[in-house]
This record gives sequence, C-alpha cells and structure tokens, in this order.
Amino acid sequence: MTIARVDRPRRASAVVKASGSDSPPPRRHRRRGRLAAFAFVAPLIAYLAAFYLYPLYRNLDLSLRDYTVRSFVAGDAPFTGWDNFQRVLDDPTFGPALRHTMVFTFVSIAFQYVVGLALAVFFNRHFRLAPTLRALFLIPWLLPLIVSASTWSWMFNSESGVVNYFLHLFGVDPVGWLTSPDWALTSVIVANIWIGIPFNLVILYSGLQNIPAELYEAAALDGAGAWQQFRRITFPLLRPVSAITLLLGLVYTLKVFDLIWIMSKGGPGDASSTLATWSYQLGFGTLLPKFGPGAAVGNILILIALAFGLLYIRVQRRQEA
Amino acid sequence: MKSRTGSRRYTVIGLVLTALMLFPVYWMLNVSLTPQQDMRKTPPDLFPLHPTFEGYRAVLDDQLPYLGTSLLVGLGTVALTLLLAAPAGYSLAKLRPRGGGALGLFLLVAQMIPGIVMAMGFYGIFLDLGLLNSWWGLIVADSTIAVPFGVMIFTAFMSGIPGELIAASRIDGAGTFRTFWSIVLPVSRNAVVTVSLFSFLWAWSDFVFATTLDGGGDLRPITLGIYKYIGNNNQEWNAIMATAVVASVPAAVLLVLAQRYVAAGVTAGAVKD
Repeated sequence: MTIARVDRPRRASAVVKASGSDSPPPRRHRRRGRLAAFAFVAPLIAYLAAFYLYPLYRNLDLSLRDYTVRSFVAGDAPFTGWDNFQRVLDDPTFGPALRHTMVFTFVSIAFQYVVGLALAVFFNRHFRLAPTLRALFLIPWLLPLIVSASTWSWMFNSESGVVNYFLHLFGVDPVGWLTSPDWALTSVIVANIWIGIPFNLVILYSGLQNIPAELYEAAALDGAGAWQQFRRITFPLLRPVSAITLLLGLVYTLKVFDLIWIMSKGGPGDASSTLATWSYQLGFGTLLPKFGPGAAVGNILILIALAFGLLYIRVQRRQEA
Repeated sequence: MKSRTGSRRYTVIGLVLTALMLFPVYWMLNVSLTPQQDMRKTPPDLFPLHPTFEGYRAVLDDQLPYLGTSLLVGLGTVALTLLLAAPAGYSLAKLRPRGGGALGLFLLVAQMIPGIVMAMGFYGIFLDLGLLNSWWGLIVADSTIAVPFGVMIFTAFMSGIPGELIAASRIDGAGTFRTFWSIVLPVSRNAVVTVSLFSFLWAWSDFVFATTLDGGGDLRPITLGIYKYIGNNNQEWNAIMATAVVASVPAAVLLVLAQRYVAAGVTAGAVKD
C-alpha cells in the first residue's frame, strides 16, 4: 500500500524534529538577529554549564578518586584512576543489577507500549464519556511516585495486601510479592507498567489524531476490516510517534530509582536492585557511604543511556532521510 | 456515524477499563479511611464501611509544614524553568542561533542523564557551597528535571507560530524582545501552561533530590514527609495513605483544570497549521 508513504502526517514528524521551517530573515537584519538569537539562549547555556556540565564533571571526578566521608569534606581524596570502576565491575552485585536494569526496562516498555497503543486505538473511537475517561487515565502518571509506590507496596503486602486477597478468590496461594526474591522484580515492574501506560496512551493517541480520517474511509470502502486498517494504516503511519514514545520510555525507565527504592529498596538481597538503586545504595543508602563506587555505577548507567540515545538518533535520521 | 448500541457498548467497556486502571487510586482512598483495627483484616473491607478520619487528623498534625515546602519549591521551579526555557525555545525555533542544532542535541541527551547521577554531583557541589538542606538549592536541582523538557516543548510549539505574525510585528517596528514578549508569549499560552504544569508536578513529586540534598533541613518536602512516615510507623497505613491522598491533591486539581493542556501539550502538536 503506497498511501502510507506518500501521505505521512506532517505534524507527527514535527513533534520529533522540533525545528522551524520558515525562510531565513532578510540579510540586513542578519547581524543584529544573530546577537538577539544568542542573547535569548545565553541564560540557558550558562545554566546548562553550571547545573548540568559541572555536576556531571563532579560526578566523574568522584568516580575517579578514593573518597571517604572525611576526604569528601576536606576535598583531598587521592586520585585512583579506574579503581572504582574495577571494584564495581568485580562486585557480585554488578551482574544482577545490570540484568535487572535490562529486564525492568524492556519488559516495562513492551507492556506500556502495547497496552498504551491498544487503549489509544480504543479511545480513538467516538463514544459517550470517551474524553472524560481518557482524562481519568492520566491520573496514575500525574501522581507523585512516592504515592504510587507506597500504595502498591501496601497492595502487594504479603499478609494484608489486596492483591493476595483477589488471588485467594481465584484459589491462588498468597505470594510474598515484595518479600520473596522470586517476585520482587516482577512486583516493581507491574507498578512501573501501571505508571507508564498513561504516557504511552497520550502520545500515541495524539499521533492517531493526525492520521486523516479519509484514509480509513477509503480503506473501509475497499473492504478492509478493523485489523487490516490497523496493520496497513494505523501502525505504519504511527511509526514516527511510536519511535519517540519508545525512546522516551527507554530514557525514563532506565533511570527509574524512586519507585524501586521505595517499594523494595532493591531487595530482598539484591533481587530487585538495578544500577540506579545500587548507585544510590552505595552513595547514600548506608552510614558508611562509598561515593566513589556509587558515582562509578552512575557513570556506567549514563553510558548505557547514551548508547540507546545514539541508536535512537541514528534511526530517527534514517527515517527522515 | 456509529450506531447507538455500538457506542453504548464502547462506553461500558471504557468504564470497566477505567475502573481497573484506577483501582490502586481507589484503594489508596479506601485504606486512608479504614480504622486501624481493621487494617489487617482478612478479607479486607472493599469499601470504607466504617470510615475514620484519624489518618487525616495525623496529616494535619504532622505534615502541613512539608506540604508548604513542596508548594514553595514547586512554584520556584516553575518560575525558574519558564524564565530559562521560554526565551531559549523562541530563539531555537525562530531566531536560529549559531550552534542551535548542537544545543538541541545536548538537551535531548540531558534528559537521558539519570537523576541519581545528577544528585551525586549536586551533593558534592552543595556540600562545598554550604547549600545542602536549603529550599532554594532544591529548586535549582529540581529545575534540572524540567528545563530541557521545557525548552523542547517551547521550541516545538513556537516553530508552529506563523512566520508572518512575527514579520508583521517587525514591520510595525517591534524589536526582538518586544516581539517575544507581546506576540510570541501570549500566543504560546498553551506551551506556558504545559511547561508550568509539568515542572510543578515534577518538583512536587521529586524524591531523589529531596532525599539526597534536603534530608536534614527544616524545610523538607512532602515526599520526604511520606517516606519518613513509612519508615517510622509502618503500622498506621491509614495515616500513610491519607498523606498520600493529600499529596496527590495538586495532581488531581491540575488534571481537572488543565487536562486539555496535559493531553494536547505533551506532544506540542497543539498548533493548528
């Protein structure tokens, strides 16, 4: 089907590109224009240097030195090069934390996207209360994470939790959701999927809105059923929006820390620890903070995030070409 | 277009799906009203049959100062974010500064940096400067969550403003700042609301920076209030859930007031072309 390629919606790709498309200003304004253009971004650039680059530099510095609580205050920690990274890579927690991070991220994103897309298609139909119900779907996403996390903790409680009560109605034995090493990771993933569905729903829904209704009418005239319409029109035309949804999901999920920390503290043992919670655990979670290794784990996490980010940018460029 | 029965069937399915999705929210409300002695009852009461307000009384006694701090930090973060992001978005969208592309890329990358890494860097810097446990230190840290997002929303939105509108303002003799202030900003109201909404909510619900940078100060935000509550008395779940309900109120209010902007603004596709 060629319609999909010819008639790609413009606004959907504008979301991704986010750049202007007007013609350049007349030449005589250009010099003054350049100055104004710079003046309008200068505060942002100063801010980014002070509150992004400098903290990142400090974090890198932290990961390359041997810090103790005392040397942290005095600022005379010896430079130890890659020692912290070596220590972290040799740590028995590293393997599980890396694996949990990957599982947490990919399973969460897969479910959020599929459920979000199904809901977006569902709400794209016209029926009474549709706008209201769609708005209500946003609530889980707008709630403070600590609220969702503590609510899910209590719902997953082994003895008095409502989840086990419902399972009991179906004759299933109670599960130690957050206390059993077999289930802790699953529990935090379930809560995270719940939180992420609304975001996927909103973005994919707005992508659906940009698909011209005539395409569906034409397809219906040609005798295409609902599934055919989804496979041949909706899904291909939604691809740019899907790409940004998945990227943002990846970026946000990879760094999830509070949800897991509040629900399980990465435990029991390290059954639900990810790189993010482990980094916090090392740096702030104990009375004897290990800032150097904590920062090293954080920097490894940045590298992983950037790898996915670059992959995305490549895919995006190819799509636009 | 659709038959009436079809529409009604969809409404019913929609109601069921929404109920399933919102069950945890309902459960939070239900538990917040459950008396202490019924908390560990099996089966649990599915409805607040004997509602109690002990939990909410505990909130009033213990948590009001935390709520005040969160409000202060939230509003401060909104102001700082708008101040930085709106002009930068205008510049990137319409004025095309040299290196604008690289800046856009940096903002994209900045959103990929985990909060916990930023927190550790900020901890070191704030320790040196003696800013730990200060509310405005927290504002600065919290704004790092919202600023890159804000710039991208403003850029996307302002790209959609017709070039003729800006050219007309130029012809009338308005300078760049005048054009920005009197034409571009008012037209961008949706983007302003969207960015404000999200920067407030993110600052309000921030836990990472609060727990690392403001653990011992007098002005602690509500996220820490709840967290300490869970740690200190993990028996009184009605009080914990009541605090959670109260902490969710801003989100609920904003959702009701601004649901159009939430849905429309996120993708910055609000401008009709």
